[in-house]
Amino acid sequence: MTALHDAPPALRAPEDQPVKKSRFRRDRSLLLMVVPAIVLLIVFNYVPMFGTATAFQRYSIYAGFWHSPWTGLETFRQLFSDPLFWSALGNTLILSLVQLIFYFPVPIALALLLHSIMSNKVRTIVQSVVYLPHFFSWVLAVTIFQQMLGGAGALNQFLRQNGIGTWDVMTDPDTFALLVTSQVIWKEAGWGIIVFLAALAAIDTQLYEAAAADGAGRWRRLWHITLPGIRGVIVLMLVLRLGNVLTVGFEQMLIQRGAVGRDAAEVLDTYAYYYGVVNANFSLGAAASLFKGVLSLLFLLAANKIAHLLGEDGLYRR
Amino acid sequence: MTVVTPLADPSRRRSNRPNWEEPPTAAGQTGKGVVLVLVVAVVLIPLWMVVLTSLSTQTAVNKAGGMVLVPDGLTLAAYQQIFTNQLVMHSLAVSLGITIVGTLISMVVTILCAYGLSRHGSFAHRPILLVLVVTMFFSGGLIPTFLVVSALGGYDSYWSMILPTAVSVFNILVVRAFFSATSQELIDAAAIDGAGDWRTLWSVVLPTSRAVTAVVALFYAVGYWNTFFNALLFLPDNQKWPLQMVIYTYTLQGNAMPGSGQNTTGQYFGTQEITPLAIQMAVVTLTLIPILLIYPFVQRHFTKGVLLGAIKG
Repeated sequence: MTALHDAPPALRAPEDQPVKKSRFRRDRSLLLMVVPAIVLLIVFNYVPMFGTATAFQRYSIYAGFWHSPWTGLETFRQLFSDPLFWSALGNTLILSLVQLIFYFPVPIALALLLHSIMSNKVRTIVQSVVYLPHFFSWVLAVTIFQQMLGGAGALNQFLRQNGIGTWDVMTDPDTFALLVTSQVIWKEAGWGIIVFLAALAAIDTQLYEAAAADGAGRWRRLWHITLPGIRGVIVLMLVLRLGNVLTVGFEQMLIQRGAVGRDAAEVLDTYAYYYGVVNANFSLGAAASLFKGVLSLLFLLAANKIAHLLGEDGLYRR
Repeated sequence: MTVVTPLADPSRRRSNRPNWEEPPTAAGQTGKGVVLVLVVAVVLIPLWMVVLTSLSTQTAVNKAGGMVLVPDGLTLAAYQQIFTNQLVMHSLAVSLGITIVGTLISMVVTILCAYGLSRHGSFAHRPILLVLVVTMFFSGGLIPTFLVVSALGGYDSYWSMILPTAVSVFNILVVRAFFSATSQELIDAAAIDGAGDWRTLWSVVLPTSRAVTAVVALFYAVGYWNTFFNALLFLPDNQKWPLQMVIYTYTLQGNAMPGSGQNTTGQYFGTQEITPLAIQMAVVTLTLIPILLIYPFVQRHFTKGVLLGAIKG
């Protein structure tokens, strides 16, 4: 590598280097650095994207992708006529909706509360503690919930010792949506406050001072300055959430599906897993995933459109 | 969107409360205090009970009727038990191995890619970024990925827990944003001294980016340490299982752990002064320890690391 080809990066502006070929020669070591990541993404992300075509085949593991017979929309006809699929779709939407209502506001509220704490020390301690569960696996989080709320867990020990009846929350399908949501709150709400705290810190304090001078009390300042100040981030998070409305904690569901039962805990992802991998009906699983992917994209675009109508940037600027 | 990171801000002290702001009301302060204590307790008490139960004797566990909240009759017997258990020790080695090898691979790939895309106006960096970002919104889904990994020989192999998840585009964007912010003067000075791109990355950019590399390494390491689903998918044989699979099978599903002194119905028949619950909680504690050990050192860099990726990406 000679110094001649490695022009100082200061000159790395398109107008300084009009010839594509010489830019390529100059940046070839940078391009080489990108190769490992691109190769991994092609093999494990892009190839499977095209592998989605198995949804239109009667895939057989022995024939493989190239020799399995094409069946057109047959798999989708099979999928849409399966009542279990519709039950999985229904469960997914219900769980998503419950989480949207009960989980989504929690990090915002927590961030507002923490932001209002003057003492740096208290804020740092609370932040460190609430971030922690984000780093635990779902296996660990569900184990901890089971030990606290399960039939033999701490809550029921307490209930038994005090002569009140017992209630095994972990296996009750009727309250499963609330259980799942409380698990998500326990594990992720703390981590979720980071982005809101950043937005809060970016609000100009002079606005508060001016409002106070105009006689606005703390609640009016919260309503007229703080909340509008983080509106953009709230809308962005909502758009992302709506784009993921068909994804509700795959591992979390998979782990608990056995205890709670399929009627309450089967979601689109676990449906694809059980039909695709466990029962080796690969085409049906792939079709369920593809259906989910296309619908998710539509949700994301719709949510972003709504964000634009509300005058916010959403995912990208108009 | 410009974002100021809410890192330790020395002006935020009670004594520095701006004079236009009303002094706090007693009710408001008590309310906030109660809520904060509750929030912290909800996170910490379960962890405390898990660790304490793993350290408790059989009598203490029986007296508490299960999970132990108040220390009473402590013993390390459960740990002695799991440290002689082949299955647990092997899965611990597997978890550690996957975490170390995986994090190394991920960091090398991520740092190289991030630097390759971080120099302003470099050849084709925009289309390459697009290739990366597309994978954040589209994926092949579970089945095609399973088929590809299996076709490449990932079934029943440790690397199926590493390579498919080795690159995180989000992490690349975090590191790239940080690298892009490296002072241009510093890089120019290195270039004048004759440093090529590799040399600049190694000697100039990396040493000034320790904070972000620490955070991203933690993200990767935690991801590998928590690997559960890929193990469930690709590892049929409990001889190759990582710790998460062991906890799933023997604690959550309640199967009897080989060599734990439990018979098949889960009844304990040993003469030691420990219960199966203490042994299970000891395994759970084992998976908590590495996270708790590393966490305090990296925690202060979180906000910066996360926001760089989220906002500038």
